[in-house]
Amino acid sequence: MSYLLAFVVGGALCLVAQLVMDLTRTTPAVILVGSVMLGAIAGGFGLYEPFAKFAGAGATVPLPGFGFSLVSGLIKELPKEGWVALFSGAFKATGAGIKAALIFGILASFVTRARA
Amino acid sequence: MEPKEYRQRVQRLEPQRPIARNALWAFVVGGIICLVGQVVQSGLMAVGYTEETVKAPTAIIMVFLGALGTALGVYDRIAKLGGMGANLPITGFSNAVVAPAMEFKQEGAIMGTGARIFQIAGPVIAYGLLTAFVVGIVRFAIMGGKP
Repeated sequence: MSYLLAFVVGGALCLVAQLVMDLTRTTPAVILVGSVMLGAIAGGFGLYEPFAKFAGAGATVPLPGFGFSLVSGLIKELPKEGWVALFSGAFKATGAGIKAALIFGILASFVTRARA
Repeated sequence: MEPKEYRQRVQRLEPQRPIARNALWAFVVGGIICLVGQVVQSGLMAVGYTEETVKAPTAIIMVFLGALGTALGVYDRIAKLGGMGANLPITGFSNAVVAPAMEFKQEGAIMGTGARIFQIAGPVIAYGLLTAFVVGIVRFAIMGGKP
């Protein structure tokens, strides 16, 4: 059941993003930035967490889930670190994914031949 | 020429986008990638990760899969078909980091790979952080430090 939900919900988010991009004739970068911001805002209002509980990877794998992680990491650190968490909190939950992408990116640039 | 007029001319010359077909493929490709993400997450939880600790390793594995697909040249083909279905998931974020890292290798390790690696991911992270900061301030103002 969780697999079906992940497929349908994750697919639906991508479908909406594609529709918005095609109908507004905008670029992928605008859609990606907008998605992260929307996810962060929804996370701040406490709307994304129940959505993530419901849809699992369908909600957390697409980019709005990244925005949600930024905010939820920050909110989690607020009671412990106070205002410092406004600066330090967001990377706590997302650092692993960002660093993984950087490491694999640099490694890939080492092992692949430059394509013209 | 006025910017508005220019935009109208560009729109007239731009090829029509097959909107329904793009949307369908975005759904299918995005759905499959999220399904894979769920398989990874459930698999990790089966070997002892909790709901709290499973997020980071799931992200790392999905990023690895996206990087592998990019290095092998498969991900670009998936993205051509799936559009946002391939770009919106975290594997697409990985692709957005790994692809320029590889592509700009010829401009050097520092100003090529090093500088271009954030070409697409940079704006996403920058505005994501800014939004999280503002949202955090609002929450802090309203609720103090309460989670």
